[in-house]
Amino acid sequence: ILLIGCTSLLRPPSGSAGITRCGKACYSSCNPKVCIVGSGPAGFYTAQHIIKARQDVEVDIYERLPVPFGLVRFGVAPDHPEVKNVINTFTQTAKHSRCSFYGNVNVGKDVSIDELQQAYHAVVLSYGAEGNRSIGVPGEGLAGVYSAKDFVGWYNGLPNCRELSPDLSCETAVILGQGNVALDVARILLSPIDSLKKTDITQPALEALAQSQVRRVLIVGRRGPMQIACTIKELREMVNLPGTRPEMVATDFEGVAEALKDVPRPRKRLTELMLKTALEKPGEKEQERRNKASRIWGFRFFRSPIEVLADPNHNKIAGIRLAVNKLEGSGEGAQAVLTGEEEDVPCGLVVSSIGYKSLSIDPSVPFDSRKAIVPNIMGRVQQAAGLYCSGWLKTGPTGVIATTMNNSFDTARSLMEDMDSGTLDLSAAKPGSQSISALLEKRGVKPVTFSDWEKIDNVEMMRGEASGKPREKLLKVEEMLQVART
Amino acid sequence: MATSAAVRSSMGLTLRLSRVIPDCSTCSLYRLRSCVNSAANLQRTGSADSFRTINRHLQTSIGLYHSEEGSSNAEDPEDVVNVVYIDRSGQRIPVKAKVGDNVLYLAHKHGIELEGACEASLACSTCHVYVNAAHFDKLPEPEEREDDMLDMAAMLQENSRLGCQIILTPELDGIELTLPKVTRNFYVDGHVPKPH
Repeated sequence: ILLIGCTSLLRPPSGSAGITRCGKACYSSCNPKVCIVGSGPAGFYTAQHIIKARQDVEVDIYERLPVPFGLVRFGVAPDHPEVKNVINTFTQTAKHSRCSFYGNVNVGKDVSIDELQQAYHAVVLSYGAEGNRSIGVPGEGLAGVYSAKDFVGWYNGLPNCRELSPDLSCETAVILGQGNVALDVARILLSPIDSLKKTDITQPALEALAQSQVRRVLIVGRRGPMQIACTIKELREMVNLPGTRPEMVATDFEGVAEALKDVPRPRKRLTELMLKTALEKPGEKEQERRNKASRIWGFRFFRSPIEVLADPNHNKIAGIRLAVNKLEGSGEGAQAVLTGEEEDVPCGLVVSSIGYKSLSIDPSVPFDSRKAIVPNIMGRVQQAAGLYCSGWLKTGPTGVIATTMNNSFDTARSLMEDMDSGTLDLSAAKPGSQSISALLEKRGVKPVTFSDWEKIDNVEMMRGEASGKPREKLLKVEEMLQVART
Repeated sequence: MATSAAVRSSMGLTLRLSRVIPDCSTCSLYRLRSCVNSAANLQRTGSADSFRTINRHLQTSIGLYHSEEGSSNAEDPEDVVNVVYIDRSGQRIPVKAKVGDNVLYLAHKHGIELEGACEASLACSTCHVYVNAAHFDKLPEPEEREDDMLDMAAMLQENSRLGCQIILTPELDGIELTLPKVTRNFYVDGHVPKPH
């Protein structure tokens, strides 16, 4: 009877299985093997497309943290849970028989890109942008100045932002930058605490915000209303934010209504909403709502930071000095030009939301430090056969999940083309995760599997239940690993 | 023997009609042998016990069956709405749908590559489609939230809509939905999923 069992094992399904020495069926080592570095939207969408496109490719996703999903988990605002639904699609991919997740593996430190390239037919770099662009002004290092990336990381439970402890005891906060991240920060700072209580915002952030004295948030941009980088959904959320009223400078909008005629629909609708909010006399009900509002938000245009001003007695910030600009040119290409005028704004909190930045994690990988991306053509890394990139590392840190999805599908398609055309040599078998796992074990690194992540997921959801939240995130890597090992 | 086989198969049919066992044959995950749901694997092996071990069908964006959300199961010809999807490679894929079907989930059911990242909650634009002129005006006006998300879609056109917001009615019979060529996202080996 045992013999019959072995015989059926020996007949490989779809001609692709073989037998290892220990008698277990395994995929043929001739299957193409792809490694993806980074488990955010770029990593998962690239994996999804590759797995669908060819029935023989095996995909391994490596992630530095014990938990997957990147900015979907750590970037998307807690009050935007529907945006996180994409996790269900990613979970389906991760659980596919030809996909494996290896968390808690630091590529660049625990294993090199070179070692990955030896083990896999192709390596796709999708590790995003974990650095910030610095403002580049004196006083930037003072207490009370934070990057939006760190501030968002703090309220979203990114382990290395756990101890940020932003000082929210001031009345006015200034946010530099006017993209969606800037608006997320403004919204979280001014949202009624009751609406935040039911989200997956971290408990420490919730407690800090409950005690916050911040009542006025200014969202500052170098150029004008027609160049604002945020999108209409986020603007509408600010306009409708309970307990708040808008405070804009009417002269900032001179000439804007007239310029709207030939502008594409998205920019037009966005600008019209801004104009309405800034200039139109509100109806009776809205006026009443505004009179009762205790929190204020507003855009300030044509302002660039020149210095963060210190409070001489307390070694923290007292305000920010801004240069006044004027615009040269119009539309998306308009440039901000200094006028020589300056303006000081008293404030106790500055959040710099001027862009994320990719970092080079391995010296062997070409890196354009000016653009902060990996130089590539259609996702193929230049002068590096078998190396690809997708997501923000490929194009720079802008765009929403849908943008990254399209970008990742394009890289996957380049990879598929190269496999089909022979540009990528698939004739030699590659060991894939077998050799990498052995390497990691030798180095004392224990990867977290997808089912280990599910244990963490369950613990977080259970803890959240107690307080009516979708989850209570674990905030320390050690805690995550502890749960993963149970 | 034959009698019990007949009983077993009619039990299976009854349970499928009462939607206890999902009908896996239309799901792209099942056809690609990628379904992790053990109910599907039991169906594949033809196990007579498949109706005893019902597993909760996983809620996934591919597996969601709009038919479980209330539209009629009967093959009423007046219920039928003919839809044509034109995929990103230009291939026309005709589909027989029912009144009440959701265009996004209908696409998933037929393996058409329309993503629905936010699962129809108006928080993304990945289900962006172009609607043919003859039927575009027959659709109800988009709500403000849909317009806001459409503004984010690449290659927005006058006839753009979000697929997850289009619910089929009898007057939409013959509607043609084109997937925008934002990526050249089609199967490299020319494989086209067979429409149901």
